Amino acid sequence: MDTRPSLQTLFFSFLKIGLMGFGGVAAIARHVLVVERRWVNDEEYGRLLGLCQALPGANTVNAAVMLGDRYRGPLGALICVIGIMAAPLTILVAAATAYDRVANHPLAQLALTGAAVSAAGLILGTSAKLLVRARPSPMAWACAIAALVAVAGFHKGLLPTLACLAPLSLASAAWSTRRASS
Amino acid sequence: MSGRILIQLGTIFAGLSLISIGGANVLIPEIHNQAVEVHRWLDDATFARLFAISQAAPGPNIMLASIIGWHIAGLSGLLTASIAILTPPAIIALFAGRGIRRWSEHRAIRLLTLGLVPVALGLMLASGVVASRTANAGLAGYAITAGVALAMYFTSRNPLLLMTIGTAAFIALHSV
Repeated sequence: MDTRPSLQTLFFSFLKIGLMGFGGVAAIARHVLVVERRWVNDEEYGRLLGLCQALPGANTVNAAVMLGDRYRGPLGALICVIGIMAAPLTILVAAATAYDRVANHPLAQLALTGAAVSAAGLILGTSAKLLVRARPSPMAWACAIAALVAVAGFHKGLLPTLACLAPLSLASAAWSTRRASS
Repeated sequence: MSGRILIQLGTIFAGLSLISIGGANVLIPEIHNQAVEVHRWLDDATFARLFAISQAAPGPNIMLASIIGWHIAGLSGLLTASIAILTPPAIIALFAGRGIRRWSEHRAIRLLTLGLVPVALGLMLASGVVASRTANAGLAGYAITAGVALAMYFTSRNPLLLMTIGTAAFIALHSV
């Protein structure tokens, strides 16, 4: 008997993740994938998300691709990505259209500016939390702060910043793991 | 809407997608740079507004690209930008996922995570700063950003709740 989840199950699971993932999808994705569907356990999920974070792209979209491919091949991956994006994109367009109607109202302007500065705060708080939890070595801290200062302080582009700091940070990670294991 | 803009949208977002290590938030400064300063598709205020809408809607943060595409070129812009920012990472993830399952030895992966995550998070912090600055909301704006950041750091409240409180506080600050 085929115990793999069907394309339909994959689609609706990721539709739910997309639909409920306000302010980032990682938390609700864990709930659906680990608690409800039991496709992965907590440890596998952590490893999956860690890997997805080291790759380009949105973590949960990457996770959707990997799980979809695991069960149903490339078509499964495509179905999972469409599933996770469908509801958010529809809501996004509806929200943008609704906003355009009221855009000239001063309160709407104020509310959206308020939402923008709050969202910026969410990003800062989340990334600070993740950074502290990752327990970086002093050298890794230096690389993180250098990235912050280069982009936010000196308006350096992302690509040159990454090109300078990624090799430096990788080298320091390699050095510290070697030192730890010897 | 001219095809040239769609091609530009597609190439910019497909290119940026390849360096979005740690998610789309690290791209905010670069998307801002391309859309506002290089191509002048929109101004700072519009960018801040679209950013807020994309954050308020559920779903992955890469939808900032989708909403910018929608703003510039309607439905075809939305689809072009979304597909462009999704596809290259998805292909990489597909092969990475298969590779991991085959070799499953993750010393290299561990090293990659250990090395890249701090830089990615530093870039994410920069995105927060740039996003707050782009909103151009003065001292009150920075105060709300700092308040929400602290609340997010020290509690595990629902982000949407914090965003609602932050927005209400901002409106209140301006009404007094």
